[in-house]
Amino acid sequence: MSASVGYDTVQVGTELPAQGFDLKRVDLVRYAGASGDFNVIHWNQRIATSVGLPNVIAHGMLTMAEAARVLTDWVGDPAAVVEYGVRFTRVVAVPDDDLGARLEVSGRVTELLQGRRVRVELTATAAGDKVLGQARAVVQLT
Amino acid sequence: MALDQAFAGRTYPPTEPYLVSREKIREFADAIGDQNPAYRSVEAARALGHPDIVAPPTFAVVVSSRASAQVIFDPDLGLDYSRVVHGEQSFSYTRPVVAGDLLVAVATVEKIRSAAGNDLLTLSCALQTAGGEPVGTARSVIVARGTAEDAGPA
Repeated sequence: MSASVGYDTVQVGTELPAQGFDLKRVDLVRYAGASGDFNVIHWNQRIATSVGLPNVIAHGMLTMAEAARVLTDWVGDPAAVVEYGVRFTRVVAVPDDDLGARLEVSGRVTELLQGRRVRVELTATAAGDKVLGQARAVVQLT
Repeated sequence: MALDQAFAGRTYPPTEPYLVSREKIREFADAIGDQNPAYRSVEAARALGHPDIVAPPTFAVVVSSRASAQVIFDPDLGLDYSRVVHGEQSFSYTRPVVAGDLLVAVATVEKIRSAAGNDLLTLSCALQTAGGEPVGTARSVIVARGTAEDAGPA
């Protein structure tokens, strides 16, 4: 796999292939272990609901990482994502069932930058709600 | 209780050096369900021009969170962790994180402010190698819900 997107092939408005991601409880447990973020609101429903959350919620960083896949699958080389930032605008509740939550992510080129780079804006929703705000990246193209 | 504005501008000591291993990158890639070969195969990463397998764009949180924790759990700052949520996160890189990197993070409190009854703490974590080579910056906004002085009843 190589950086497969040429700067000259994109323009403002170019859409990145949209993707959907399923998040189940086991995914939260696995991410907790890999990242070291063992905050109980990501695995303990009793405590999550006692502090006013609707359910166990996904790590914002897991949502951010999944959304980045729309960037990295598009460009091929993950290191081409030179800047990436989000606001966590809504929690992603993950029920204890076989479906979990579904995250839908799309992306669009919003600006052509110097050095064959582009700015991409991502849209991420779960259960119809926008869960990331100002989700933007700078991607190095070839 | 509102957070002490005197913490704005404060820089904490560098974290203990963290050795980025191939297996940790693979484990993290598994945890985010990403099969990109650049996270798994040295040959695939080298074909892209990297010296070793590449870390996903958000992997640096494994290192930067250790620096943020110094601030979040600083008893003098007095943040109530049970009320803390992650408000914003961003990463910018001067070069990719790759397996074999020995990284340290240096946290600085950029800003402390109150909004709608919440305390907002903006942290900047400079990521660099133990030898001092800059790698990037991880910036986060930590929100302590309902802790500012103008907060209503919780």
